Amino acid sequence: MRIQRRTLISGLGALATGLSVGCRKTGASEIVIGHYGSMTGSTAHFGQDTDRGVRLAIEEANAKGGVLGKQIRVVTLDTRGDSAEAANAVTRLIDIEKATSLLGEVASSLSLAGGRVAQRRKIPMISPTSTNPKVTEIGDYVFRVCFIDPFQGRVMATFARQNLKLDRVAILKDVKNDYSIGLAQAFQNSFTAQGGTIVVEQSYSQGDTDFSAQVTAIRGTPAQAIFVPGYYSEVGSIARTADRLGLKIPLLGGDGWDSPDLFKIGGDAINGSYFSDHFAPDVATDRAKQFVANFTTKYGVAPSGLGALGYEAAEVMVDAIRRAGKDDPTAIRDAIAQTKDFDGVTGKITIDAQRNAQKSAVVLKIEGGKAKFETSIAP
Amino acid sequence: MTQFLQQIINGLSLGSIYALIALGYTMVYGILKLINFAHGEVFMVGAYTGLYAASALGIDAFEASGRSFPLYLALLVLVVAMAAAAVLGVLIEFLAYRPVRNAPRLTPLITAIGVSLFLQNAGMLVFSPNPQRYPAILREVRFEVLGVIVTNIKLTIFGVALALMLGLHLLVQKTWTGRAMRALSFNIDAAKLMGIDTNRVIRSTFAIGSGLAAAGGILFGLDQITINPLMGVLTGLKAFVAAVLGGIGSIPGAVVGGLLIGLAEQLTAGYLSPAYRDAITFLILIGILLLKPEGLLGVVRVEKV
Repeated sequence: MRIQRRTLISGLGALATGLSVGCRKTGASEIVIGHYGSMTGSTAHFGQDTDRGVRLAIEEANAKGGVLGKQIRVVTLDTRGDSAEAANAVTRLIDIEKATSLLGEVASSLSLAGGRVAQRRKIPMISPTSTNPKVTEIGDYVFRVCFIDPFQGRVMATFARQNLKLDRVAILKDVKNDYSIGLAQAFQNSFTAQGGTIVVEQSYSQGDTDFSAQVTAIRGTPAQAIFVPGYYSEVGSIARTADRLGLKIPLLGGDGWDSPDLFKIGGDAINGSYFSDHFAPDVATDRAKQFVANFTTKYGVAPSGLGALGYEAAEVMVDAIRRAGKDDPTAIRDAIAQTKDFDGVTGKITIDAQRNAQKSAVVLKIEGGKAKFETSIAP
Repeated sequence: MTQFLQQIINGLSLGSIYALIALGYTMVYGILKLINFAHGEVFMVGAYTGLYAASALGIDAFEASGRSFPLYLALLVLVVAMAAAAVLGVLIEFLAYRPVRNAPRLTPLITAIGVSLFLQNAGMLVFSPNPQRYPAILREVRFEVLGVIVTNIKLTIFGVALALMLGLHLLVQKTWTGRAMRALSFNIDAAKLMGIDTNRVIRSTFAIGSGLAAAGGILFGLDQITINPLMGVLTGLKAFVAAVLGGIGSIPGAVVGGLLIGLAEQLTAGYLSPAYRDAITFLILIGILLLKPEGLLGVVRVEKV
């Protein structure tokens, strides 16, 4: 009953905003940027760290007088890592909070759900870290400030083949997750094209806690490493399970690993593994060093790649609003599309015709419970 | 072959956890004919109580310095968690089930689902919805036998589960409370006429079943590395299937059912596809309900007219 009433209200809300779009107040005293992210749940670190980055960027912009003479207000809604909830959050940000631009999500499955709503309502959205190609293929209102998985998969395949000199790799992917499936495919294509062999492909579902069957099956193969393109909670458990079952080979993965919780859950078992990411806090440009220092002062912890990308996405958005010259979704969209050589903390950002950013990736090695810069691979 | 044996070992340890939880379902059903859907959440609260008890006893310092947690403290954690879960079980019975005990059978069933949802959400509020790493109450030691890896954690899981199940068997067969439980299960009204304090016996049943679930929760945390407030949902359902498979109301049946479900799940995940690991459990449920609804070790009860 309650659900029905809520749908009815949001339906009416959608209708009301639909009617009032023509007379959206331009004289409002503030500009609202909506952020939707997983603030709780098994990917809570993603939303929380991104939100810190976003809020730091907006705070700095407001301290400099805001944009278009107005202050910016960020409204963050929790998706709990659930795609239905992500679509709800975007609808609420547009209808109730009157956001004229959106930031989010980290997880590709959730950006796909939220992005479809943003596209339908013609509100521009920048995803900080969703790497699945399908996200920006939703339509012309959806952008991202990070690389995409065909590239990220190629980076890890090249690294495994050239730097680690591996011939045989097992894949363990999350079949409930668009990001994981896409990244596994990209890795497989590139690794086999470079002469390597995928000896076995195993799978799990997000939220699983028992990985002993999969690890046991991999243990029976001559794999030299396991590519696990998943999220940190499960990856940590997988590393511990592998260690417990005496499987002493490194794990390889992508930016979904990026969270201090990976080290908390994985413990010593995750040492010696590698993952690709957007940003290496330990080797950075002056601009990045400044960001890391400000972030650490404000929050008491160093940013992960997600915090950096959240910051960068918010900066690109503010810059676009400034260049648009008015708080209007379509004008902001056009301005984002024209972003060129924007000096971000993780590098220069140019939005291409597919609304993606062309950027290089870093490979990090885990040692002593910390991720350290190993190498950088350009597009 | 080693891989097969390894999957069997993994399956048996998972299965003994299911068995511990299944006992709670089966005992309550045997006496009240009620499926206590909140039992999976008692299991979850038991696991979290263990986590907090261990951290109150200073496990972080032990982990940081690399020393192993003393065995007597580990046992204390187990006892505290079992006691807390027992209190929770009794409380649930008193507050939620007793008031509707004489209502039509559907009413307590729906109440049970309500309590289950309440505890899941309360768990997310109190413990935070983020998965937490389970502290190393037992320092892990690995043995390799013929290429098969056996850890002391897996052995402890068998050992603790076996000891608790034997204890329960003795309790039900040899003590006054156990005899009263069997009497209630046979005929609750006749038991009342014989002067048995039925409320007290039902209370004990809930306390014992919940305590076993908490033990299962701690073993689960040790085995599965992380726990979260929704851990009781699927695990609870699978344990329930285990109870039905073995014959709901039958204590040895719950043990057999639990082990079989654990094995079926692990072998399916290892040899077919992990995608079917949950499906196989419920396929078994459908199969057993069609072919032998009373379960493997259950007895057919003739409806008296």
